[in-house]
Amino acid sequence: MQETLSIFVKGIFSENMIFAYFLGMCSYLAVSKTVKTAVGLGAAVIFVLGITIPINYLLENYVLKEGALAWLNPEYGVGGSSTINLSFLSFIMFIAVIASIVQLVEMLVEKFAPSLYGALGIFLPLIAVNCAILGGALFMQDRQYTSVGDATAFGIGSGIGWFLAIVAIAAIREKIKYSHVPAPLRGLGITFIITGLMGMAFMSFMGIEY
Amino acid sequence: MSEVAEKVKAPAEPLFSKKNRKLVTDPLSDNNPITIQVLGICSALAITVQVEQAVVMSAAVFFVLALGNVVISMLRNLIPGRIRIIVQLVVVASLVIMVNQVLMAYLPDVSAKLSVFVGLIITNCIIMGRFEAFAMGNKPWPSFMDAVGNASGYAIILIMVAVVRELLGSGSFFGIPILGSPIPVEGYPNGTGLFDMGYMNNNLMVLPPMALIVVGIIIWIQRSRNKNLIESH
Repeated sequence: MQETLSIFVKGIFSENMIFAYFLGMCSYLAVSKTVKTAVGLGAAVIFVLGITIPINYLLENYVLKEGALAWLNPEYGVGGSSTINLSFLSFIMFIAVIASIVQLVEMLVEKFAPSLYGALGIFLPLIAVNCAILGGALFMQDRQYTSVGDATAFGIGSGIGWFLAIVAIAAIREKIKYSHVPAPLRGLGITFIITGLMGMAFMSFMGIEY
Repeated sequence: MSEVAEKVKAPAEPLFSKKNRKLVTDPLSDNNPITIQVLGICSALAITVQVEQAVVMSAAVFFVLALGNVVISMLRNLIPGRIRIIVQLVVVASLVIMVNQVLMAYLPDVSAKLSVFVGLIITNCIIMGRFEAFAMGNKPWPSFMDAVGNASGYAIILIMVAVVRELLGSGSFFGIPILGSPIPVEGYPNGTGLFDMGYMNNNLMVLPPMALIVVGIIIWIQRSRNKNLIESH
């Protein structure tokens, strides 16, 4: 339980998707002009990460990994006479799961929250190609979590970390409109530099023992 | 039928016409995918600690973008609009699987260092962005030229950032220590080369936030040289 909690907190702070790994930077830069849309996109990312990571975890551990098909026939397991290793298929399987979940979320949002759908507009389909979602699945594969609970904690934790980052930068960008930024730095340039400074601030969380 | 088709066919454009050359040269600076179109930032920042990684990553993106753009351009009239994102993802994912298998087989060290970022080429916005913006509406050859231009524009920025970070952060270039070595040897208690005179590596450069600041400075320099690129906010 303690370990699950530490994975969750690490995902939010010291292994923040944006500040430590730069995942999902494209939508982070494109949708962070106002806090309202940033909150919408951030919430969608938490939701999609919280669903896709456990699904991809099950897929990885019961279908794709070397010997993962042992539940079908012990011969397919590690050390069996015909071990099956489908891990080369993981990219295409993960992205297929993500694309279909995103399609589902888009349909649900359109039905139950039309105003949010109007605000997010074309950005919802873009979640499918948000690096943070696929990056989360690949990190989950890389780090080999021991249970579905840990994987879910990682997914929701990193989603919340992404949410914090995009809402923070959107709030800063709303204020920055009223300050005198050097002309060539306006827009993209200053956003990059501020993100860098925020990243340095977030690095101070690395010293904490979890 | 074929005679009719031949009659309406427009005169063939030369392969390296002015328009096609512009497709290659534009993304190198004025329409750079990273600093102007804001595409493909994720991977550009994470793998620029060493020049070697940046070069391998650029080559991988070049391969995937060039082949993907041509394939999508050939399929563009067959793809139904509603499911085009999924079709595009399948094409990219298959190409990236090929790249990943080749890297794992021939360059296992670099592959281990790039870790998840090879897989993340699938969601690299440059790829999907060029598919949507160009390959879906153009013939294969211009799409190929567009891919060459954009992949090179991406590579230029990636390698610039990597050179700065590796030189200032580890005192080396392509893994060769050109500023000397900080490890003390006999007669040189502070290390060799510049380190003997009291130079020290800037460890901040190796950490992730500096990648953002280096890219921010590149954008600053580019936009102060070309005033047309300045944004209103």
